[in-house]
Amino acid sequence: MRDVAVIGVGCTEFGEHWGTSFRDLFVKAGALALEDAGISGENLDALYVGNMSAGRFVEQEHIGALIADYAGLATNHVPSTRVEAACASGGLAFRQAVIAVASGMEEIVVAAGVEKMTDVGTGASVDMLASAADREWEGFAGATFPGLYAMIATDYMHRYPLTREQLAQVAVKNHENGAKNPIAQFRNRITVDTVLNSSLVADPLRLFDCSPITDGAAAVVVVPLERAREFTDSPVRVLASAQASDTIALHDRRDISTLDASVAAGKRAFAQAGLTHKDIDMLEVHDCFTIAEICAIEDLGFCKKGEAGRLTEEGVTALGGEIPVNTSGGLKACGHPVGATGIKQIYEIVNQLRGEAAGRQVDAEIGMAHNVGGTGATVVVHILGA
Amino acid sequence: MSVSRFWRKIPQRYNLIGTQCTSCGRYFFPPRSLCPDCRRSGKIVDHKFNGEGTVVTYTVIRSASDQFEHTTPYVLAIVELDEGPRLTTQVACLPEEAKIGMRVRSVFRRIAADGESGTIHYGTKFVPTE
Repeated sequence: MRDVAVIGVGCTEFGEHWGTSFRDLFVKAGALALEDAGISGENLDALYVGNMSAGRFVEQEHIGALIADYAGLATNHVPSTRVEAACASGGLAFRQAVIAVASGMEEIVVAAGVEKMTDVGTGASVDMLASAADREWEGFAGATFPGLYAMIATDYMHRYPLTREQLAQVAVKNHENGAKNPIAQFRNRITVDTVLNSSLVADPLRLFDCSPITDGAAAVVVVPLERAREFTDSPVRVLASAQASDTIALHDRRDISTLDASVAAGKRAFAQAGLTHKDIDMLEVHDCFTIAEICAIEDLGFCKKGEAGRLTEEGVTALGGEIPVNTSGGLKACGHPVGATGIKQIYEIVNQLRGEAAGRQVDAEIGMAHNVGGTGATVVVHILGA
Repeated sequence: MSVSRFWRKIPQRYNLIGTQCTSCGRYFFPPRSLCPDCRRSGKIVDHKFNGEGTVVTYTVIRSASDQFEHTTPYVLAIVELDEGPRLTTQVACLPEEAKIGMRVRSVFRRIAADGESGTIHYGTKFVPTE
Protein backbone atom coordinates (compact mmCIF):
# COMPACT_ATOMS: atom_id res chain seq x y z
CA MET A 1 0.00 0.00 0.00
CA ARG A 2 1.20 3.50 -0.83
CA ASP A 3 1.11 6.49 1.49
CA VAL A 4 -1.46 9.10 0.46
CA ALA A 5 -1.51 12.89 0.75
CA VAL A 6 -4.04 15.68 0.30
CA ILE A 7 -2.77 18.35 -2.10
CA GLY A 8 -5.80 20.60 -2.47
CA VAL A 9 -9.07 21.46 -0.76
CA GLY A 10 -12.17 23.51 -1.57
CA CYS A 11 -15.50 24.21 0.09
CA THR A 12 -18.54 26.34 -0.70
CA GLU A 13 -20.04 28.53 1.96
CA PHE A 14 -22.46 26.44 3.98
CA GLY A 15 -25.97 27.82 4.29
CA GLU A 16 -29.33 28.16 2.60
CA HIS A 17 -28.38 28.57 -1.05
CA TRP A 18 -31.77 29.32 -2.57
CA GLY A 19 -30.18 30.51 -5.80
CA THR A 20 -27.69 27.67 -6.28
CA SER A 21 -28.50 24.19 -7.56
CA PHE A 22 -27.15 20.82 -6.42
CA ARG A 23 -24.82 20.56 -9.43
CA ASP A 24 -23.60 24.15 -9.18
CA LEU A 25 -22.68 23.67 -5.52
CA PHE A 26 -20.56 20.69 -6.44
CA VAL A 27 -18.90 22.38 -9.41
CA LYS A 28 -17.94 25.34 -7.24
CA ALA A 29 -16.33 23.18 -4.52
CA GLY A 30 -14.55 21.03 -7.09
CA ALA A 31 -13.13 24.04 -8.92
CA LEU A 32 -11.83 25.50 -5.65
CA ALA A 33 -10.10 22.21 -4.79
CA LEU A 34 -8.47 21.84 -8.22
CA GLU A 35 -7.34 25.45 -8.13
CA ASP A 36 -5.86 24.92 -4.68
CA ALA A 37 -4.05 21.80 -5.92
CA GLY A 38 -2.84 23.59 -9.03
CA ILE A 39 -4.19 20.94 -11.40
CA SER A 40 -6.91 20.81 -14.00
CA GLY A 41 -9.75 18.39 -14.53
CA GLU A 42 -7.99 16.49 -17.29
CA ASN A 43 -5.39 15.32 -14.72
CA LEU A 44 -8.02 13.44 -12.72
CA ASP A 45 -8.19 9.66 -12.67
CA ALA A 46 -11.34 9.24 -10.59
CA LEU A 47 -14.04 10.96 -8.53
CA TYR A 48 -15.74 9.72 -5.37
CA VAL A 49 -18.80 11.72 -4.33
CA GLY A 50 -20.42 11.44 -0.93
CA ASN A 51 -24.14 12.13 -1.02
CA MET A 52 -26.86 10.91 1.28
CA SER A 53 -30.15 11.50 -0.40
CA ALA A 54 -30.23 13.45 -3.66
CA GLY A 55 -32.94 11.00 -4.71
CA ARG A 56 -35.28 12.44 -2.13
CA PHE A 57 -33.91 15.96 -1.64
CA VAL A 58 -33.73 16.87 -5.34
CA GLU A 59 -35.23 13.76 -6.97
CA GLN A 60 -31.99 13.00 -8.75
CA GLU A 61 -30.09 9.72 -8.66
CA HIS A 62 -27.06 8.73 -10.71
CA ILE A 63 -25.08 11.43 -8.93
CA GLY A 64 -21.65 10.16 -9.94
CA ALA A 65 -22.38 10.65 -13.63
CA LEU A 66 -24.17 13.98 -13.12
CA ILE A 67 -21.21 15.36 -11.22
CA ALA A 68 -18.67 14.12 -13.76
CA ASP A 69 -20.76 15.65 -16.53
CA TYR A 70 -21.16 19.11 -15.00
CA ALA A 71 -17.55 19.11 -13.83
CA GLY A 72 -16.62 18.81 -17.50
CA LEU A 73 -15.21 15.31 -17.15
CA ALA A 74 -17.81 13.27 -19.03
CA THR A 75 -16.08 13.51 -22.39
CA ASN A 76 -12.86 12.26 -20.76
CA HIS A 77 -14.94 9.39 -19.35
CA VAL A 78 -13.44 9.82 -15.86
CA PRO A 79 -14.86 7.16 -13.53
CA SER A 80 -17.16 8.76 -10.98
CA THR A 81 -18.71 6.90 -8.06
CA ARG A 82 -21.35 7.97 -5.58
CA VAL A 83 -20.76 6.81 -2.01
CA GLU A 84 -23.55 6.67 0.56
CA ALA A 85 -23.54 6.07 4.30
CA ALA A 86 -26.13 8.64 5.43
CA CYS A 87 -24.39 11.49 7.28
CA ALA A 88 -21.03 9.66 6.97
CA SER A 89 -21.17 9.70 3.15
CA GLY A 90 -18.47 12.37 2.90
CA GLY A 91 -16.02 10.64 5.22
CA LEU A 92 -16.64 7.42 3.36
CA ALA A 93 -16.03 9.08 -0.04
CA PHE A 94 -12.69 10.34 1.27
CA ARG A 95 -11.86 6.84 2.49
CA GLN A 96 -12.70 5.35 -0.93
CA ALA A 97 -10.42 7.89 -2.61
CA VAL A 98 -7.62 7.11 -0.16
CA ILE A 99 -8.03 3.36 -0.75
CA ALA A 100 -8.02 3.88 -4.53
CA VAL A 101 -4.75 5.81 -4.42
CA ALA A 102 -3.12 3.67 -1.72
CA SER A 103 -3.84 0.52 -3.71
CA GLY A 104 -2.09 1.86 -6.79
CA MET A 105 -5.24 1.63 -8.93
CA GLU A 106 -5.57 5.43 -9.24
CA GLU A 107 -3.15 8.37 -9.12
CA ILE A 108 -4.97 11.69 -8.83
CA VAL A 109 -8.40 11.41 -7.26
CA VAL A 110 -11.04 13.86 -6.06
CA ALA A 111 -13.09 13.03 -2.99
CA ALA A 112 -16.13 15.25 -2.65
CA GLY A 113 -19.38 15.59 -0.79
CA VAL A 114 -22.53 17.47 -1.63
CA GLU A 115 -26.04 17.90 -0.28
CA LYS A 116 -28.83 20.24 -1.32
CA MET A 117 -31.38 20.10 1.49
CA THR A 118 -33.48 23.26 1.24
CA ASP A 119 -35.44 22.33 -1.89
CA VAL A 120 -37.90 20.48 0.35
CA GLY A 121 -39.84 21.64 3.43
CA THR A 122 -38.70 21.05 7.00
CA GLY A 123 -41.17 18.22 7.67
CA ALA A 124 -39.99 16.39 4.56
CA SER A 125 -36.34 16.82 5.43
CA VAL A 126 -36.95 15.59 9.00
CA ASP A 127 -38.50 12.50 7.43
CA MET A 128 -35.55 12.01 5.05
CA LEU A 129 -32.99 12.35 7.81
CA ALA A 130 -34.89 9.72 9.79
CA SER A 131 -34.12 7.30 6.97
CA ALA A 132 -30.52 7.25 8.26
CA ALA A 133 -32.01 5.11 11.05
CA ASP A 134 -34.22 2.02 10.65
CA ARG A 135 -37.24 3.12 8.64
CA GLU A 136 -39.35 0.03 9.35
CA TRP A 137 -38.75 -0.33 13.09
CA GLU A 138 -37.74 3.14 14.31
CA GLY A 139 -39.26 5.59 11.82
CA PHE A 140 -42.53 3.67 11.67
CA ALA A 141 -43.02 4.15 15.41
CA GLY A 142 -42.61 7.93 15.06
CA ALA A 143 -38.89 8.23 15.74
CA THR A 144 -37.29 11.38 14.36
CA PHE A 145 -33.55 11.74 14.04
CA PRO A 146 -33.35 14.31 16.87
CA GLY A 147 -35.61 11.97 18.86
CA LEU A 148 -33.11 9.13 18.63
CA TYR A 149 -30.22 11.33 19.80
CA ALA A 150 -32.54 12.68 22.51
CA MET A 151 -32.96 9.12 23.78
CA ILE A 152 -29.15 8.84 23.90
CA ALA A 153 -29.10 12.08 25.92
CA THR A 154 -31.80 10.85 28.33
CA ASP A 155 -29.90 7.62 28.93
CA TYR A 156 -26.58 9.43 29.24
CA MET A 157 -27.83 12.04 31.72
CA HIS A 158 -29.47 9.30 33.79
CA ARG A 159 -26.15 7.46 34.14
CA TYR A 160 -23.45 10.15 34.11
CA PRO A 161 -23.05 13.57 35.74
CA LEU A 162 -23.79 15.72 32.66
CA THR A 163 -25.74 18.91 33.33
CA ARG A 164 -28.10 20.57 30.88
CA GLU A 165 -25.80 23.64 31.01
CA GLN A 166 -22.73 21.60 30.08
CA LEU A 167 -24.59 20.21 27.10
CA ALA A 168 -25.45 23.76 26.05
CA GLN A 169 -21.76 24.70 26.34
CA VAL A 170 -21.04 22.45 23.35
CA ALA A 171 -23.27 24.63 21.16
CA VAL A 172 -21.90 27.85 22.66
CA LYS A 173 -18.32 26.75 21.93
CA ASN A 174 -19.14 25.65 18.39
CA HIS A 175 -20.91 28.94 17.60
CA GLU A 176 -17.87 30.77 18.98
CA ASN A 177 -15.71 28.86 16.46
CA GLY A 178 -18.23 29.24 13.66
CA ALA A 179 -18.17 33.01 14.18
CA LYS A 180 -14.53 32.88 13.04
CA ASN A 181 -15.11 30.66 10.01
CA PRO A 182 -15.94 32.43 6.72
CA ILE A 183 -17.76 29.37 5.32
CA ALA A 184 -19.91 28.75 8.43
CA GLN A 185 -23.70 28.87 8.18
CA PHE A 186 -23.97 30.53 11.60
CA ARG A 187 -21.38 33.16 12.45
CA ASN A 188 -23.19 34.47 15.51
CA ARG A 189 -22.15 33.93 19.10
CA ILE A 190 -24.70 32.50 21.50
CA THR A 191 -24.92 31.99 25.25
CA VAL A 192 -26.04 29.07 27.42
CA ASP A 193 -29.33 30.95 27.85
CA THR A 194 -29.83 31.04 24.07
CA VAL A 195 -29.75 27.26 24.09
CA LEU A 196 -31.83 26.78 27.23
CA ASN A 197 -34.50 29.24 26.06
CA SER A 198 -34.83 27.76 22.57
CA SER A 199 -37.80 25.53 21.83
CA LEU A 200 -37.81 21.86 22.74
CA VAL A 201 -37.39 19.57 19.73
CA ALA A 202 -37.17 16.22 21.53
CA ASP A 203 -36.62 16.34 25.30
CA PRO A 204 -34.02 17.11 26.56
CA LEU A 205 -32.70 18.46 23.23
CA ARG A 206 -33.66 21.97 22.17
CA LEU A 207 -33.38 23.73 18.84
CA PHE A 208 -29.87 25.03 19.62
CA ASP A 209 -28.69 21.51 20.46
CA CYS A 210 -29.36 20.52 16.84
CA SER A 211 -27.32 21.01 13.70
CA PRO A 212 -29.23 22.87 10.99
CA ILE A 213 -30.50 21.99 7.53
CA THR A 214 -27.83 23.14 5.10
CA ASP A 215 -26.83 23.29 1.45
CA GLY A 216 -23.15 22.89 0.66
CA ALA A 217 -20.35 21.01 -1.05
CA ALA A 218 -16.70 20.31 -0.36
CA ALA A 219 -13.93 18.62 -2.32
CA VAL A 220 -10.34 17.52 -1.76
CA VAL A 221 -7.64 16.11 -4.06
CA VAL A 222 -5.57 13.11 -3.02
CA VAL A 223 -2.43 11.70 -4.66
CA PRO A 224 0.34 9.26 -3.72
CA LEU A 225 2.58 10.91 -1.10
CA GLU A 226 5.63 10.33 -3.30
CA ARG A 227 4.13 12.62 -5.96
CA ALA A 228 2.65 15.25 -3.63
CA ARG A 229 5.62 17.63 -3.88
CA GLU A 230 5.03 17.93 -7.64
CA PHE A 231 1.91 19.89 -6.77
CA THR A 232 2.38 21.61 -3.43
CA ASP A 233 4.95 22.60 -0.82
CA SER A 234 2.55 21.75 1.99
CA PRO A 235 1.02 18.31 1.40
CA VAL A 236 -1.02 16.86 4.26
CA ARG A 237 -0.47 13.16 4.87
CA VAL A 238 -3.25 10.67 5.49
CA LEU A 239 -1.93 8.81 8.53
CA ALA A 240 -4.97 6.58 9.06
CA SER A 241 -8.30 5.73 7.45
CA ALA A 242 -10.66 3.59 9.50
CA GLN A 243 -14.31 2.62 9.31
CA ALA A 244 -16.66 0.60 11.51
CA SER A 245 -20.27 -0.57 11.47
CA ASP A 246 -22.86 -1.20 14.17
CA THR A 247 -26.55 -2.09 14.32
CA ILE A 248 -28.73 0.18 12.20
CA ALA A 249 -31.23 0.70 15.05
CA LEU A 250 -30.33 2.42 18.30
CA HIS A 251 -32.44 -0.06 20.28
CA ASP A 252 -30.13 -2.94 19.25
CA ARG A 253 -26.93 -1.34 20.55
CA ARG A 254 -24.89 -2.91 23.35
CA ASP A 255 -24.96 0.43 25.19
CA ILE A 256 -27.31 3.30 24.26
CA SER A 257 -24.81 6.01 25.27
CA THR A 258 -21.72 4.55 23.61
CA LEU A 259 -21.22 4.51 19.86
CA ASP A 260 -19.29 1.25 19.68
CA ALA A 261 -18.50 1.98 16.02
CA SER A 262 -16.72 5.18 17.13
CA VAL A 263 -14.75 3.15 19.66
CA ALA A 264 -13.80 0.55 17.04
CA ALA A 265 -12.95 3.02 14.24
CA GLY A 266 -10.96 5.17 16.67
CA LYS A 267 -8.89 2.24 17.89
CA ARG A 268 -8.24 1.06 14.33
CA ALA A 269 -7.14 4.55 13.30
CA PHE A 270 -4.72 4.92 16.22
CA ALA A 271 -3.29 1.45 15.49
CA GLN A 272 -2.83 2.24 11.78
CA ALA A 273 -1.11 5.55 12.46
CA GLY A 274 0.95 4.20 15.37
CA LEU A 275 -0.14 7.20 17.41
CA THR A 276 -1.74 7.79 20.80
CA HIS A 277 -4.25 10.37 22.01
CA LYS A 278 -1.46 12.67 23.17
CA ASP A 279 -0.31 13.01 19.55
CA ILE A 280 -3.64 14.46 18.31
CA ASP A 281 -3.66 18.27 18.32
CA MET A 282 -7.23 18.90 17.15
CA LEU A 283 -10.47 17.06 16.44
CA GLU A 284 -13.33 17.54 14.03
CA VAL A 285 -16.13 15.35 15.43
CA HIS A 286 -19.68 14.65 14.33
CA ASP A 287 -21.75 16.98 16.53
CA CYS A 288 -25.08 16.56 14.73
CA PHE A 289 -26.47 17.16 18.23
CA THR A 290 -24.66 18.48 21.31
CA ILE A 291 -24.86 15.08 22.99
CA ALA A 292 -23.11 13.56 19.96
CA GLU A 293 -19.99 15.68 20.54
CA ILE A 294 -19.92 14.59 24.20
CA CYS A 295 -20.15 10.92 23.17
CA ALA A 296 -17.57 11.33 20.37
CA ILE A 297 -14.87 12.79 22.62
CA GLU A 298 -15.35 9.92 25.06
CA ASP A 299 -15.86 7.10 22.57
CA LEU A 300 -12.68 8.08 20.72
CA GLY A 301 -10.92 7.73 24.06
CA PHE A 302 -9.92 11.33 24.78
CA CYS A 303 -11.44 11.05 28.26
CA LYS A 304 -13.44 8.59 30.34
CA LYS A 305 -17.19 8.14 29.91
CA GLY A 306 -18.97 10.87 31.82
CA GLU A 307 -16.15 13.44 31.70
CA ALA A 308 -16.61 15.27 28.39
CA GLY A 309 -19.28 17.64 29.73
CA ARG A 310 -16.98 18.90 32.47
CA LEU A 311 -14.05 19.21 30.03
CA THR A 312 -16.25 21.26 27.68
CA GLU A 313 -17.32 23.52 30.53
CA GLU A 314 -13.68 24.02 31.56
CA GLY A 315 -12.71 25.08 28.03
CA VAL A 316 -10.46 22.11 27.33
CA THR A 317 -12.15 21.64 23.92
CA ALA A 318 -12.27 25.36 23.03
CA LEU A 319 -9.94 27.00 20.48
CA GLY A 320 -7.31 27.84 23.09
CA GLY A 321 -7.83 24.60 25.02
CA GLU A 322 -5.71 21.50 25.36
CA ILE A 323 -7.56 19.64 22.60
CA PRO A 324 -9.62 21.97 20.38
CA VAL A 325 -12.76 20.22 19.10
CA ASN A 326 -14.67 21.40 16.03
CA THR A 327 -12.61 24.46 15.19
CA SER A 328 -14.77 24.84 12.06
CA GLY A 329 -17.84 25.39 14.23
CA GLY A 330 -18.76 21.76 13.80
CA LEU A 331 -22.01 20.58 12.32
CA LYS A 332 -23.83 22.82 14.78
CA ALA A 333 -22.51 26.20 13.62
CA CYS A 334 -20.68 25.52 10.35
CA GLY A 335 -23.75 23.65 9.13
CA HIS A 336 -24.53 20.08 8.12
CA PRO A 337 -25.14 19.39 4.44
CA VAL A 338 -25.10 15.70 5.29
CA GLY A 339 -23.12 14.30 2.34
CA ALA A 340 -20.60 17.17 2.42
CA THR A 341 -19.86 17.22 6.15
CA GLY A 342 -17.21 14.49 6.18
CA ILE A 343 -15.25 16.25 3.42
CA LYS A 344 -15.61 19.61 5.16
CA GLN A 345 -13.97 18.04 8.21
CA ILE A 346 -10.95 17.11 6.05
CA TYR A 347 -11.02 20.63 4.53
CA GLU A 348 -10.90 22.18 8.02
CA ILE A 349 -8.09 19.95 9.27
CA VAL A 350 -5.98 20.60 6.14
CA ASN A 351 -6.50 24.35 6.59
CA GLN A 352 -5.45 24.09 10.24
CA LEU A 353 -2.38 21.94 9.54
CA ARG A 354 -1.24 24.31 6.80
CA GLY A 355 -1.67 27.27 9.15
CA GLU A 356 -4.35 28.84 6.94
CA ALA A 357 -7.25 28.92 9.41
CA ALA A 358 -6.89 32.65 10.13
CA GLY A 359 -8.91 33.79 13.17
CA ARG A 360 -9.57 30.26 14.38
CA GLN A 361 -6.01 28.94 13.87
CA VAL A 362 -4.79 26.46 16.46
CA ASP A 363 -1.29 25.07 16.95
CA ALA A 364 -1.67 21.71 15.23
CA GLU A 365 0.44 19.20 13.34
CA ILE A 366 -1.91 16.23 13.59
CA GLY A 367 -5.71 16.26 13.40
CA MET A 368 -8.47 13.66 13.59
CA ALA A 369 -11.80 13.63 11.72
CA HIS A 370 -14.79 11.64 13.01
CA ASN A 371 -17.85 11.26 10.79
CA VAL A 372 -20.98 9.36 11.87
CA GLY A 373 -23.76 7.85 9.79
CA GLY A 374 -27.17 7.55 11.45
CA THR A 375 -27.03 7.13 15.20
CA GLY A 376 -23.69 5.34 14.92
CA ALA A 377 -24.29 2.51 12.44
CA THR A 378 -21.34 3.76 10.37
CA VAL A 379 -18.36 5.66 11.72
CA VAL A 380 -15.39 6.83 9.67
CA VAL A 381 -12.23 8.15 11.35
CA HIS A 382 -9.25 9.72 9.63
CA ILE A 383 -5.97 11.01 11.02
CA LEU A 384 -4.09 13.62 9.01
CA GLY A 385 -0.58 14.96 9.61
CA ALA A 386 1.29 17.99 8.36
CA MET B 1 -45.05 3.33 3.75
CA SER B 2 -46.46 1.46 0.77
CA VAL B 3 -49.38 -0.93 1.27
CA SER B 4 -47.39 -4.10 0.54
CA ARG B 5 -44.49 -3.02 2.72
CA PHE B 6 -46.85 -2.50 5.63
CA TRP B 7 -49.04 -5.54 4.92
CA ARG B 8 -46.22 -8.07 4.87
CA LYS B 9 -45.35 -7.36 8.51
CA ILE B 10 -48.93 -7.08 9.86
CA PRO B 11 -48.65 -10.11 12.21
CA GLN B 12 -45.42 -8.72 13.62
CA ARG B 13 -46.73 -5.16 13.97
CA TYR B 14 -50.20 -6.05 15.31
CA ASN B 15 -49.36 -8.94 17.61
CA LEU B 16 -45.72 -8.41 18.59
CA ILE B 17 -44.57 -11.56 16.83
CA GLY B 18 -40.82 -11.71 16.55
CA THR B 19 -38.44 -14.60 16.12
CA GLN B 20 -36.25 -16.89 18.17
CA CYS B 21 -33.07 -18.77 17.31
CA THR B 22 -33.67 -22.30 18.62
CA SER B 23 -29.93 -23.02 18.41
CA CYS B 24 -28.92 -20.47 21.05
CA GLY B 25 -32.34 -19.47 22.44
CA ARG B 26 -31.99 -15.74 21.69
CA TYR B 27 -35.16 -13.75 20.93
CA PHE B 28 -35.49 -11.07 18.27
CA PHE B 29 -37.84 -8.14 17.96
CA PRO B 30 -37.86 -6.56 15.43
CA PRO B 31 -37.80 -10.03 13.83
CA ARG B 32 -34.58 -11.28 12.26
CA SER B 33 -34.29 -14.14 9.79
CA LEU B 34 -30.59 -14.67 10.61
CA CYS B 35 -29.19 -15.05 14.12
CA PRO B 36 -26.18 -12.70 14.46
CA ASP B 37 -24.54 -15.18 16.86
CA CYS B 38 -25.22 -18.53 15.14
CA ARG B 39 -25.55 -17.14 11.59
CA ARG B 40 -26.36 -19.89 9.07
CA SER B 41 -26.23 -22.68 11.66
CA GLY B 42 -29.07 -21.09 13.65
CA LYS B 43 -32.69 -22.20 13.18
CA ILE B 44 -35.19 -19.32 13.32
CA VAL B 45 -38.83 -19.76 14.39
CA ASP B 46 -41.61 -17.26 15.12
CA HIS B 47 -42.19 -16.20 18.69
CA LYS B 48 -45.07 -14.20 20.14
CA PHE B 49 -43.88 -11.95 22.94
CA ASN B 50 -45.97 -11.58 26.08
CA GLY B 51 -45.85 -7.79 25.69
CA GLU B 52 -44.47 -6.87 29.10
CA GLY B 53 -41.38 -4.73 29.32
CA THR B 54 -39.43 -1.87 30.86
CA VAL B 55 -38.58 1.61 29.52
CA VAL B 56 -34.81 1.82 28.90
CA THR B 57 -34.77 5.42 27.67
CA TYR B 58 -37.27 7.88 26.23
CA THR B 59 -37.88 11.32 24.79
CA VAL B 60 -40.86 13.55 24.11
CA ILE B 61 -41.14 14.31 20.40
CA ARG B 62 -42.20 17.96 19.97
CA SER B 63 -41.34 18.34 16.30
CA ALA B 64 -42.16 15.40 14.05
CA SER B 65 -42.24 14.41 10.40
CA ASP B 66 -45.38 15.35 8.46
CA GLN B 67 -47.03 11.99 9.17
CA PHE B 68 -46.78 12.39 12.94
CA GLU B 69 -46.90 16.18 13.29
CA HIS B 70 -50.57 16.31 14.35
CA THR B 71 -49.93 13.90 17.25
CA THR B 72 -47.14 15.88 18.95
CA PRO B 73 -46.11 15.92 21.71
CA TYR B 74 -45.76 12.15 22.11
CA VAL B 75 -43.54 9.93 24.20
CA LEU B 76 -41.08 7.81 22.22
CA ALA B 77 -39.14 5.14 24.06
CA ILE B 78 -36.86 2.17 23.79
CA VAL B 79 -38.56 -0.67 25.64
CA GLU B 80 -36.82 -3.84 26.73
CA LEU B 81 -39.20 -6.79 26.53
CA ASP B 82 -39.02 -9.25 29.40
CA GLU B 83 -37.70 -11.89 26.97
CA GLY B 84 -34.69 -9.63 26.22
CA PRO B 85 -35.00 -7.78 22.91
CA ARG B 86 -35.44 -4.02 22.71
CA LEU B 87 -37.67 -2.05 20.37
CA THR B 88 -38.52 1.57 19.58
CA THR B 89 -42.13 2.42 20.36
CA GLN B 90 -44.50 5.10 21.52
CA VAL B 91 -45.63 5.00 25.13
CA ALA B 92 -49.20 6.23 25.50
CA CYS B 93 -48.78 8.37 28.60
CA LEU B 94 -48.38 12.03 29.47
CA PRO B 95 -44.88 13.45 28.82
CA GLU B 96 -44.34 14.11 32.53
CA GLU B 97 -45.29 10.52 33.43
CA ALA B 98 -42.49 8.95 31.37
CA LYS B 99 -39.48 7.70 33.27
CA ILE B 100 -36.61 5.26 32.93
CA GLY B 101 -37.41 1.91 34.51
CA MET B 102 -41.17 2.33 34.09
CA ARG B 103 -43.01 -0.98 33.57
CA VAL B 104 -45.15 -1.07 30.43
CA ARG B 105 -47.28 -3.51 28.42
CA SER B 106 -48.14 -3.62 24.73
CA VAL B 107 -51.47 -2.41 23.31
CA PHE B 108 -52.92 -2.32 19.81
CA ARG B 109 -53.15 1.25 18.53
CA ARG B 110 -53.39 3.41 15.43
CA ILE B 111 -49.84 4.60 14.64
CA ALA B 112 -50.16 6.83 11.57
CA ALA B 113 -51.87 7.18 8.20
CA ASP B 114 -50.67 7.81 4.66
CA GLY B 115 -52.48 11.11 4.22
CA GLU B 116 -56.25 11.57 4.57
CA SER B 117 -57.25 8.91 2.06
CA GLY B 118 -54.29 6.51 2.42
CA THR B 119 -53.79 3.35 4.44
CA ILE B 120 -54.16 3.62 8.19
CA HIS B 121 -51.20 1.99 9.90
CA TYR B 122 -52.04 0.14 13.10
CA GLY B 123 -49.45 -1.41 15.33
CA THR B 124 -48.13 -1.74 18.84
CA LYS B 125 -47.71 0.99 21.43
CA PHE B 126 -47.09 0.51 25.12
CA VAL B 127 -48.93 1.79 28.20
CA PRO B 128 -47.73 2.08 31.81
CA THR B 129 -48.82 -0.79 34.06
CA GLU B 130 -48.11 0.95 37.37
